Amino acid sequence: MITHFLLKGLDRRVVVALLLILAVAVLVPVLNLVVPEGSPFHVPTYLVTLFGKYATYAALALALDLVWGFCGILSLGHGAFFALGGYAMGMYLMRQIGTRGVYGDPILPDFMVFLNWKSLPWYWHGFDHFAFAALMVVLVPGLLALVFGGLAFRSRVTGVYLSIITQAMTYALLLAFFRNDMGFGGNNGLTDFKDIVGFNVQADGTRAALFALSCLTVAAGLLFSAAIVHSKLGKVLVAIRDAESRTRFIGYRVATYKTFVFVVSAMLAGVAGALYVPQVGIINPGEFSPANSIEAVIWVAVGGRGTLIGPIVGALAVNWGKTWFTGVLPELWLFALGLLFVLVTLFLPKGIVGTISDLFARRRAAPPVDPTAQPQPAE
Amino acid sequence: MLFGAVLPAAAQDISAALVKLTADGYADTAEAIGDLATSGHPRAAVIVQAIADKTLEFDAATKTVAIRDGGKVVDAATGDAIAAPPAGLSPVRVNNRVRSAISAAMGALTLMSPDPAKRRDAADAVFKSRDQGALATLDAAIAKEKDGAIREALRVARAAVILTKADASETDRVEAASIVRERGDQDAVSLLRSLPSDTPKRVQDAAQTAAKAIETTLALWGGVQNALYGLSLGSVLLLAAIGLAITFGVMGIINMAHGELVMLGAYTTFVVQEVIRSHAPALFDWSLALALPLAFLVSGLVGVLIERTVIRWLYGRPLETLLATWGISLILQQAVRTLFGANNREVGAPSWMSGSLDLGALTLTTGRMWIMVFALIVFLGLMLILKKTAAGLQMRAVTQNRAMASAMGIKTPWVDALTFGLGCGIAGIAGVALSQIDNVSPNLGQGYIIDSFMVVVFGGVGNLWGTLVGALTLGVVNKFLEPVAGAVLGKILVLVFIILFIQKRPRGLFALKGRAVEA
Repeated sequence: MITHFLLKGLDRRVVVALLLILAVAVLVPVLNLVVPEGSPFHVPTYLVTLFGKYATYAALALALDLVWGFCGILSLGHGAFFALGGYAMGMYLMRQIGTRGVYGDPILPDFMVFLNWKSLPWYWHGFDHFAFAALMVVLVPGLLALVFGGLAFRSRVTGVYLSIITQAMTYALLLAFFRNDMGFGGNNGLTDFKDIVGFNVQADGTRAALFALSCLTVAAGLLFSAAIVHSKLGKVLVAIRDAESRTRFIGYRVATYKTFVFVVSAMLAGVAGALYVPQVGIINPGEFSPANSIEAVIWVAVGGRGTLIGPIVGALAVNWGKTWFTGVLPELWLFALGLLFVLVTLFLPKGIVGTISDLFARRRAAPPVDPTAQPQPAE
Repeated sequence: MLFGAVLPAAAQDISAALVKLTADGYADTAEAIGDLATSGHPRAAVIVQAIADKTLEFDAATKTVAIRDGGKVVDAATGDAIAAPPAGLSPVRVNNRVRSAISAAMGALTLMSPDPAKRRDAADAVFKSRDQGALATLDAAIAKEKDGAIREALRVARAAVILTKADASETDRVEAASIVRERGDQDAVSLLRSLPSDTPKRVQDAAQTAAKAIETTLALWGGVQNALYGLSLGSVLLLAAIGLAITFGVMGIINMAHGELVMLGAYTTFVVQEVIRSHAPALFDWSLALALPLAFLVSGLVGVLIERTVIRWLYGRPLETLLATWGISLILQQAVRTLFGANNREVGAPSWMSGSLDLGALTLTTGRMWIMVFALIVFLGLMLILKKTAAGLQMRAVTQNRAMASAMGIKTPWVDALTFGLGCGIAGIAGVALSQIDNVSPNLGQGYIIDSFMVVVFGGVGNLWGTLVGALTLGVVNKFLEPVAGAVLGKILVLVFIILFIQKRPRGLFALKGRAVEA
């Protein structure tokens, strides 16, 4: 039944994208590990890590597209779910350091020894087991989304109000994680990781594996999202996006549908964050900053919301642009990003993928304007 | 003690004391120090200090007493330089007896110092040390003191000494407790609470009652202070949010660049002050008055530009507006960073805004007071514009029913641009005020944007009164939470409170009622 559910999501475009992602997931590690360094086909490790990071961003963008593109929920706090997943993974990695820390305490991470803490806070227990940490990576963001979304959707907080309170949520978490008393390393966050399930995080092999895992996460996220979108549930979500009140009057429990998709999306964002942390080697409260969450929104907007493939394209394009700009013209990056926000909203409301597929549709001279092709966001 | 009970008849004459110093005996030196302490001579303190520093030198043959100051030698009594110092100068010797005479004398000398501030500090020092030996000097100082406030401080210090003096009579000590109570601060409470256990019960009781009374008063003042500081914070929030109350509240535009328009106002103030500094320094006190209209114009024009080029294409798509204006905010930030640099810029306060105002046990800076007044003026001014002018009427008409307003001949695109410009201009004005209390840097706006949205949403969108009440409430709540929970946790609690509040009342504190709201 589950296979049937998943297979229903496989339209031609999703299949092509899935195959592409899987090919990259296999090819890049091979080119990095097997092909000798002198060869023109060798992919250096820093690129593997860089693109691994992009892949986690793509997964975050995909998660955001699921709620924004298909359910009209513009979350300005998805960075919080990403960061929470990252912190869960960071806590596991901290516990793996063991006696190799600066202070050599077998149990307490360095910052706790530094702050004169005598024992591990209760919420740090269990994070020495990978399975527990992996569970928390999904559960913590999911639970926050369940409580937050459940409350907000039941109270019918919609549109910009919801956007603003999601922003307030991530801002509150930012402030909270900055506090040393919270027990998450305060300002400095968690860093100096040594190994993950027994493998050195710095090693080429681990990095290639993390890259492949990130790509697989994107692929799995895409497959699952496509399945949701193409199911009956997905139709209801789109109905909610386009006419929330009408959907409610027909008899659907709008709040339940919204909460469900919000929780799924938060979990995907959490997994993305968990893969992000070992690749960049640090997680700090800056990840909660509202600006990060809004940046994730622009990835989706650039790629094309409501297209599933768009956010992946958008995340890659914008972040590649950011890397290029900050390397060549660091002064101009914010101008470029700002202009991107303005121009995309004004001239490319459907993003790159949406616009291209519109062009194709028009060239095929199907009915002049497909009525379902221009959904208005629900307000 | 050696001195203090009665002032010598020849108060100003210290020659006899100086002669004693040349006798080169510890007893004579100590006696001379006592004489100096009670003399009231302006040089007395300098001479005693010189003995302590071992720079006071004497020559027994010529009866010269001099202070060696580096390479110079000056006459002890007059402070004049001695051109040809006698060859036999040697330092006045010091032992423990002399040292204790010096420390007693220094206390007494500062109690009678010609400088009122020093006398006051000395009285406080005695209050804290409760040195029984200073009692006589205190009496003498009280008799001599002409300044009412300092005499009060001396009296309280004396009472503190008597209260802790085991051999004073019970009645005196009870009375002393009530005098200490007049001081009314935390030090007085700790003194009253820390009496030794062998103190008679009557004195203990009096002290406890006095301590309780002080604590009640202090708690009251604490409350008043929190409320006032809260109102001050609230007025800052109000200033930051009030422009947003127009653009977001009235027009429904999510203007994420609002904070940057505030920042533009602050930078306008900076530029105005720079120009005044280099061209007309005399006008500096008027710099803020000059900056206000300019900041309104700068931010207002930028606002109109934003509305005409970007926002007007996005009416009815609030989420897209949010993204576009966020992009604009990034551009404005980077533009200011490129023009003025990333560092904080110095914006000075005109003389009428510096200083502070004492109100009972509270100190309020004049700048904060002005900002409170200014926030109210801006608020009332905006109310007047919206409610009493033709332009305000048109603005309200367009936001309430665009089609009908258009049918009545109102040029709605113009009104949109002007309303948005008005909201942005007011953000600029807020920037002038905030430049006085915050760092003027490209990040200035970001610090206010979330708070401003919280205020507007909490107060109720589309309702200026709601914004006023929302800003002041959040300010006061924040300040009352701060001492209990700490500044950061307090802020987090306020955010969580607002998030929960919106669940209960999604349209804010003062929601507009009617069918149009659900549209």
